[in-house]
Amino acid sequence: MTQSNGMTSMERVLTTLGFKEPDRVPWFPLLTMTGARELGLSIREYFSSGKNVAEGQLRMWAKYGHDCLYAFFYAPVEIEAWGGEVIYAEDGPPNSGEPFLSNPEEIPGLEPPQIEESPCLLKVLDAIEKMKREAGDEVPIIGVVMSPFSLPVMQMGFDRYLDLLSERPDLFRRLMEVNEAFTVSWANAQLNAGAVAICYFDPVSSSTIVPRKLFLETGFPVARRTISRIKGPVAVHFASGRCLSLLDDLAETGALIAGVSAEESLRELKRASRGRLTLLGNLNGLEMRRWSSRQAEDEVKKAISAGGPGGGFILSDNHGEIPWQVSDEILFAMRDAVRTWGRYPLDWIG
Amino acid sequence: MDARKNSSGRFESALLALDRLESERILMDTGDGRSPIMRVEQDVVPAMESIGRLWEEGKISLSQVYMSGRICEDLVKKLLPANSGGAKRSGKAALVVLEDRHLLGKRMVAASLSASGRSVNDYGCMDADSLVQRTIADGVEILLISTLMLHSALRVAKVREGLVRAGRPVRIVVGGAPFRLDGELWREVGADAMGRNASDAVRLLEALSGGGDR
Repeated sequence: MTQSNGMTSMERVLTTLGFKEPDRVPWFPLLTMTGARELGLSIREYFSSGKNVAEGQLRMWAKYGHDCLYAFFYAPVEIEAWGGEVIYAEDGPPNSGEPFLSNPEEIPGLEPPQIEESPCLLKVLDAIEKMKREAGDEVPIIGVVMSPFSLPVMQMGFDRYLDLLSERPDLFRRLMEVNEAFTVSWANAQLNAGAVAICYFDPVSSSTIVPRKLFLETGFPVARRTISRIKGPVAVHFASGRCLSLLDDLAETGALIAGVSAEESLRELKRASRGRLTLLGNLNGLEMRRWSSRQAEDEVKKAISAGGPGGGFILSDNHGEIPWQVSDEILFAMRDAVRTWGRYPLDWIG
Repeated sequence: MDARKNSSGRFESALLALDRLESERILMDTGDGRSPIMRVEQDVVPAMESIGRLWEEGKISLSQVYMSGRICEDLVKKLLPANSGGAKRSGKAALVVLEDRHLLGKRMVAASLSASGRSVNDYGCMDADSLVQRTIADGVEILLISTLMLHSALRVAKVREGLVRAGRPVRIVVGGAPFRLDGELWREVGADAMGRNASDAVRLLEALSGGGDR
């Protein structure tokens, strides 16, 4: 959406990525299933076609006036391509079912799915193409991949994956080879379809899940190898996981943006990342559904005050997905607060 | 007392280093005159509680908590073999994952309970209606519910409603990411308590059973 001074969402985002202050703080409410409500469809029906998702994203963009179109369908869309199960809910995001890798010994025979033979992935590409046709270069379209390092949580189950990490380095290496090949081709397919950047979800790399020492031996080299082969800008998102202690490492992966947690101080994160990584976050998506309009305004102000000065900041939730239960009233209150308090220069900050 | 603290501290350090051999050497020390159940209560339980606190404070990671729990679970099985009379049955309690197939949280709670010498019924994964029916049928008094997603966490309210309708005063303890990230959610869904980490389940089970393990 172009605002009165003529800056488009794309210009606003590119300016902040360059650590300069645009006309206002860019706002990425990462809206996914909310589009179903907009179209009057069930969540299952909504995600059944690229046309629905493109339409939902474009309608929400017009309604809330935010600064991105988000091509994220649901976390297990990739698992579906690997032959796994997706379970739909009426009031929440589709979830992965029973892990399809029941025995780690199946890993050596694992082959990555072919994108062109995976209807679930083709509908995502279709949504991106349709959004691009409508919105052009006015607003960034964000594609999404699960990191090769975090995907095994859905491929084999979290507990079995943690066991594998500590006990079977040979099978872990093989799994990463296969997953990296898939993630790179899936990310690049989305960029070819019209996505401008890729959000690389990697919660397992967060210090909430593994200690930094283990991250440096595992998730870090995987991220560095994978991101270097993705032909566009990458945001690493920890999906509510902590990452303050990893920011130096993260800057070395080639990522430009870090999706940060509500459990860490945005002010400290900003200090530690200044001039190297743009921060995306960190409104508490779970608490958001209970906020009043006044609280929404206060939370937006607080985040802008900590992250906004000097650019290098995109206001968003901390998990990478706005819950179904967050009402229009809250989304409008956040929109109004960004427009009131996010306008540069941020002279109101003491 | 100092020697006990020292042994618990050494045990915790060995767990955090994921050093299974050293953990076993400390806990199984043949020169230790304490009974197996005392070793569990004085070394294993405090170490797991401390590890839970460190995770809450963001000082260690979930994988360390999980692996520590697994090591403790294995060691306690060796120390308190089944039917030895050492393990405690914690009232009529059951552990379940609600409307989800992600089992890590439940497995960690089960490991903590097992490592503290307690056992509960494992209901696996269930939906709210089936859980209410089974809870009533089995005469369960304390339900430990693990969730990963927000909409599953909100279903706890449905479990509570079903139990109230049936006139069953079951105590509900919840845990998992949605409750940790939204500190008010457990009250909203009608739970009696929230566990912030896996080892909290041991303390809460003890408290809700009136301290009287059966």
